[in-house]
Amino acid sequence: MSDKGSASESKAASSQSGGFAALIKRTAKGKIGPEDTVLVWPNLVYLELISMVFATAILLFLCLYSPAPLEELASADTTPNPTKAPWYFLGLQELLVFFDPWLAGVVLPTFIIIGLILIPYIDPNPLGKGYYTFSERKFAVTGFSFGLALWYILIVIGVWFRGLDWSWYWPWDDPHMHQPAGAVKLVDLEVILQSTLGLSERPIVTLGRYAVTVANILTWGMFLGYYAVGFTIPFLLFRKFYNRLGFVRYNLTMFMFLSMMGVPLKIFVRLLANIKYVLVTPWFNI
Amino acid sequence: MLELLKRIRNTVNKTQVFKSIFRHGYPDNDANRALVMFSNVVLHLHPVRVHRGALKIKFTWCLGGLTFFFFILLAITGVFLMFYYVPDTNRAYQNIQDLGTVIFFGDLFRSLHRWSAHSMVLFVWLHMTRVFLTGSYKPPREFNWVVGVILLSTTLVLSWTGYLLPWDQLALWAVTVGSKMAEASPLIGNAGPFGPELGMNPTNDIAFVLLGGTVVGQSALLRFYVLHCLALPLVTALFIAVHFWRIRKDGFSGPL
Ligand code: HEM
Repeated sequence: MSDKGSASESKAASSQSGGFAALIKRTAKGKIGPEDTVLVWPNLVYLELISMVFATAILLFLCLYSPAPLEELASADTTPNPTKAPWYFLGLQELLVFFDPWLAGVVLPTFIIIGLILIPYIDPNPLGKGYYTFSERKFAVTGFSFGLALWYILIVIGVWFRGLDWSWYWPWDDPHMHQPAGAVKLVDLEVILQSTLGLSERPIVTLGRYAVTVANILTWGMFLGYYAVGFTIPFLLFRKFYNRLGFVRYNLTMFMFLSMMGVPLKIFVRLLANIKYVLVTPWFNI
Repeated sequence: MLELLKRIRNTVNKTQVFKSIFRHGYPDNDANRALVMFSNVVLHLHPVRVHRGALKIKFTWCLGGLTFFFFILLAITGVFLMFYYVPDTNRAYQNIQDLGTVIFFGDLFRSLHRWSAHSMVLFVWLHMTRVFLTGSYKPPREFNWVVGVILLSTTLVLSWTGYLLPWDQLALWAVTVGSKMAEASPLIGNAGPFGPELGMNPTNDIAFVLLGGTVVGQSALLRFYVLHCLALPLVTALFIAVHFWRIRKDGFSGPL
């Protein structure tokens, strides 16, 4: 059988190569000779066949174990409680607890897509191409993993920890009993500032529908200040990082990064201080 | 036994019919193994030779390939389901119920379609994670990463449009959640920032375009059906073709 021939041929080649890691290094340096390659048929084609057979077997098992569900006929008259989006969007739906729909459902997903598209163009690091590494690209891997973790954690919460009225349910809570309505009242940041700092509620200017108070200007300052400080600190402290990226890449990266960090930040602000919005305008609230 | 199989194979390989289809003998020698990659429309997605490292399962984890496999399975099971499904709010639910009760293998095909869809979404994410962690988006593969992000989006929208078709409570309300978000779009949604200022109302905004109405009803079902069974699969297939083409042109990033 000639199958055997090529198998032993590749075995011989691998024993001379000094292992996978060495192979990668040589490849990265562009030093690959024909002795390092094998024919796609049978080597790769068989691998593909086997993985497809495996996947089919697992799918068939899943189908028997848990067939596709069908609930009652759609009816506009009875709203299920809770109404849940498909699981892959539940992270976004979970964000609705903390953000208005225009942010959670539209702007943040758009940022995610744009941010993903930008990745190859804002990461100038030539290292770590074609092999797994953490040490050669710490910021990139950490940032990406953080975003992924956030995405999956929110999904897990949405799927398993939300029940009636979108309240928090532990696995041991009775899913058919409503959780007692929370006693906490959510307040806007500007109201908190107003009362703690004793600021006047009288607007200092009125722009159409927009009555601008001192507290409101302060919240604008805090909101924009978050970005301003976030843009400035790495510029001052990690000038090498800035220089490597250049002006445009740096600003895009920082904007995406700070917007991503803003999501858990707002969640913490809500959970710690019961703040509903950090910024209120007649047109949108954040 | 093996001897017998081999004899049968050798005989079949020499028939005119076999040669007319495959244009060369069975790929059991290096010449034919190269030829099969050139002359077979499916296999020619591959190069003739790959680096041994590219076969390392621990590099790709087969994630991209399996995503593609789920897409193919979805196309096959989807065609089967289309024979039994009419996108009419009065009939759709009954159609789906029949799949589970009166149609041979209906439940199996429907379940396979659903599980493949879930798997495809999950595997697109995992594949993207692999590509990120191996830095495979770095030059010259930037654009193929962008194509990948487009595929990620079409995969999610494909899944979501399919969710409505059974026309059960799950479907209706999951899509209602989504359309509420569309209404909240800045500028182009009637409930979004600056939407009303720009003249958006429930009968002219983006949610109206999506649903073909103000509620999830017959027009929405038809729209989602056409998007799900025709438009989005075509777009996805097109971008998958570009994706594969670029993998070949840019070269595989791994130890290849
Ligand atoms: C329908 C969805 C997709 C399909 C069917 C698909 C399929 C594939 C396949 C078969 C490969 C070959 C290597 C492997 O199996 O890992 C590949 C490579 C690649 N994919 Fe995808 N992919 C999809 C989505 C994506 C997404 C969402 C991204 C990124 C955002 C992406 C970026 C890439 C890149 C950059 C490569 C080249 C990797 C390398 O050279 O190492 N793809 N894709």
